[in-house]
Amino acid sequence: MKPVQLSYERPDALRGALEALRQSSSNARVIAGGQSLGPMLNFRLAQPKRLIDVSRIEALRTAAMEGQTLAIGACVTHARIEDGDIPDVTLGLMRHVARGIAYRAVRNRGTIGGSLAHADPAADWLVTMIALDASVRLQSAAGIRELKVADFVIGPLNTQLAETEVITHVLVPRLAASGRWGHAKYAKKPGDFAETAAIAIFDAERGVARVAFGRRDEPPALMQRTSNQLGGAHGRQRGNLKAAVESDLRDLSAKPVDLMLHRAIVMRALQDMVS
Amino acid sequence: MRTINIRVNGKLVSRAVEDRLSLADFLRDHCLLTGTHVGCEHGVCGACTLFMDGKPIRSCITLAVAADQSHVRTVEGYQGDPLMQAIRTAFNHRHALQCGFCTPGMLATAYDMLSRIADLDRDRIRAELSGNLCRCTGYLSIIQAIEDVHAKHVATAASPLSS
Repeated sequence: MKPVQLSYERPDALRGALEALRQSSSNARVIAGGQSLGPMLNFRLAQPKRLIDVSRIEALRTAAMEGQTLAIGACVTHARIEDGDIPDVTLGLMRHVARGIAYRAVRNRGTIGGSLAHADPAADWLVTMIALDASVRLQSAAGIRELKVADFVIGPLNTQLAETEVITHVLVPRLAASGRWGHAKYAKKPGDFAETAAIAIFDAERGVARVAFGRRDEPPALMQRTSNQLGGAHGRQRGNLKAAVESDLRDLSAKPVDLMLHRAIVMRALQDMVS
Repeated sequence: MRTINIRVNGKLVSRAVEDRLSLADFLRDHCLLTGTHVGCEHGVCGACTLFMDGKPIRSCITLAVAADQSHVRTVEGYQGDPLMQAIRTAFNHRHALQCGFCTPGMLATAYDMLSRIADLDRDRIRAELSGNLCRCTGYLSIIQAIEDVHAKHVATAASPLSS
């Protein structure tokens, strides 16, 4: 239960971190709060030769508006989001979700960028960011690119992040004041990873209707027919919405008992949005 | 190996350590502060919870080198702290421990919630405590101990005589 021999460095500036990554390629890992990577190091599921700690890089610890988008530094912790320490552009959704992530001692170190880079399919931020249609900004010594979170994640614990890149920001579009959201999560105990989680967002002003759904074995995804139905019906035609949910769920390869759970959680998220 | 400087319970400790050493093992093996308990070693059981820079963290999944330049407060570092004294007295009265293995982490989590959350009720205490496992008590006595301290806290804050 101890990590392999490794070397650790904590650059003060992003440039130093990117340069270290460029030199070390595949045997280096970026670490921030270490709340996912830490256990993997102890179990030796991860055996990097070099750890590059980005958590003290000041530029990654702030959040600022860029037009109608909030650019959240990748090293902003869950606890700071829970405490309202960054601007609220999601009508309280992110604060609500943050409070349900693991435990306070974990939230004090764990970061939003780290969570997305780790890409556990059951993690809270992944499904939240897909529902919000958020993007990640990735930077390497060669340049900067941005990807929708839905495209960034390609499988369980698998993303498009190159070995020389770090996530610098999470880009969250602002919801209009008249927007609404609903959230439901089923976990075996408080703070545990979700067995199933769903988030519904309806923002008529911006023409956004999105329902995202996550589970343990596959990365979260948008429920396309449900989202279309929600956008078209203004959330009022519940009968049709239910049919759309059924139609989306039929595409999943899931055991009947899990399907029941998924259905209940998606319906609860939709209910939470209108109540 | 690298030399780290950590203020542990107010005292500056400067030591050369392996990069892979956890903060918990640093405190136990290098500082001989064995009050920090190591249970699961993957951030689930909460026994190793302690304060770093004023916030509770898991010391088994935090590297000692990552704690360089920080202030760490372990269960040994609360002499003369009235809130911790009240929590310990309440744990004693309520029999909120049996074997005591989880207690250092329980005390840290209790200290955090009592100093951070003004409107603590039983549901919130349960939720805040969900990251600390106890295999002896069944939790109820721990919850009651925290409730006792909170009630006294609120009563003291509300009393005009206390100011």
